[in-house]
Amino acid sequence: MATPAAAASNGAIGIAPGVHWIGALDPDLRNFDIILRTANGTTYNAYVVRGSAGVAVIDTVKEEFTDDFLRRLESVARYDEIRAIVLNHLEPDHTGALPELLRRAPHAQLYISTRAQPMLKGLLKEDTLYYQAVTTGDSISLGDRTLSFLHTPYLHWPDTQCTYLVEEKILFSGDVFGCHFCDPRLFNDAVGDFRFSFEYYYAHIMRPFRTWVREALDLIEPLELAILAPAHGPILRDAPSRYVNRYRALAESSLKNEAGEERTLLVFYLSAYGNTRLMAEAIASGADGVDGVRVSLYDLQGGEVQPFVDLIEEADGLVFGSPTINGDAVKPVWDLLSSLTAVSVRGKLGAAFGSYGWSGEAVAMIEDRLRGLKLRVPLPGVKAKLIPNADELSHCTDLGRELALHLTGRFEHKVIDMAALR
Amino acid sequence: MPKAKVTFEDVGVTVTVPAGTRLIEVSEKVGAGITYGCREGECATCITKVVSGHEFLAAPSVLEHQVLKDNMAPRHHRLACQAQVLGGEIVVRPG
Repeated sequence: MATPAAAASNGAIGIAPGVHWIGALDPDLRNFDIILRTANGTTYNAYVVRGSAGVAVIDTVKEEFTDDFLRRLESVARYDEIRAIVLNHLEPDHTGALPELLRRAPHAQLYISTRAQPMLKGLLKEDTLYYQAVTTGDSISLGDRTLSFLHTPYLHWPDTQCTYLVEEKILFSGDVFGCHFCDPRLFNDAVGDFRFSFEYYYAHIMRPFRTWVREALDLIEPLELAILAPAHGPILRDAPSRYVNRYRALAESSLKNEAGEERTLLVFYLSAYGNTRLMAEAIASGADGVDGVRVSLYDLQGGEVQPFVDLIEEADGLVFGSPTINGDAVKPVWDLLSSLTAVSVRGKLGAAFGSYGWSGEAVAMIEDRLRGLKLRVPLPGVKAKLIPNADELSHCTDLGRELALHLTGRFEHKVIDMAALR
Repeated sequence: MPKAKVTFEDVGVTVTVPAGTRLIEVSEKVGAGITYGCREGECATCITKVVSGHEFLAAPSVLEHQVLKDNMAPRHHRLACQAQVLGGEIVVRPG
């Protein structure tokens, strides 16, 4: 298929017999969802599938591109032919044209994932919503064409799903396998070099959900694939399985953890006068005395944020130590803690400690942040005024040991009254 | 005031609480692995497995019931931000 600047025209672009791209190009976008840079814009990919018994529209586009979307749709289908509207993901960049499409094709049945209903309500703001919730194993027939659904939540919202066109072996994957890369040549064998965009998109959008990515890949890998048709960026018709394999590699651990069956505890600290460092060493020492736990100690002043984020993604427990300066934890701690939304830390064990001069707010502030990141923080942190004495260092050793016992499931059962909880 | 005992299995802590307490009021303080998002019964981040004693929790509201259903929560799972303790002994763990 020769496709020089395929999408530069106003019409639909054929990607397979009876299957067209009807999306929109947004070449001037330079920032997406605040968190992503988009060096050459993005595309909002929507598709139309024609069967002998009707037409299905798969996803729509960002609201401001509604006219482009409808013009391309009208070039290959009439509104009264549309039997099904499938939404693989309800984020506004894929549902912006939905209200107008529903107005023009009110008879069409809406298909969304079982987790999408609250979002549909939030988008359409209507009391009565007509839709069909679908999950893995469900399918709809367009006569000689079958759309089969795969329940693939949290890629990257709870509502996400993929839709497989059985006869043509096309997977309409939503945001999975997508990237922000705008090129009117549209197909991966025709566009410019988009490798960095593919990797960058995974790192910022999918990586926090890598457990869910792996579960989705378990469903996707057995499929025969002729084309991967994501909701952003190039349509992957040349060697689509290469992109599936790449996702599998990205979703696995980047470096095999030599700790094996051992639980891992990382202790991070910063120290102005060596006091918080003494506490860090005592915590590490306490944890190190427990079998089955491998402890690592890091001075945040000696490292970059990104490698630490990579380590944290793989770790079981995290301890952060910071002195209190001007009533706050110090900036390198916040730099690291604010970077952890890029990975999944939910449910990991967390704790905090630090030396202070006169007020010592840092420990509680770090604990609050750890809870905000959805870590478990079952043990109160340790604070020491200026130079930690033997008792305070002993508390640190105890904290390390108790953390290690928690990590290995050997903690002592406690019975307490609610009034005793701070 | 009637009391109840709530055990957070994942951190090995049993807390004696007054009847009427919501799980959210205790779970964070003991550092349990139940995590929260909206805290208003909408996002389902805090889905919690009630290992035993589910009959000692107040029945879910219409809204909680709908959110649990929308998120395909298995039987005896509740939203920790909504579930209120009535009495007895209850054991929970992250859902």
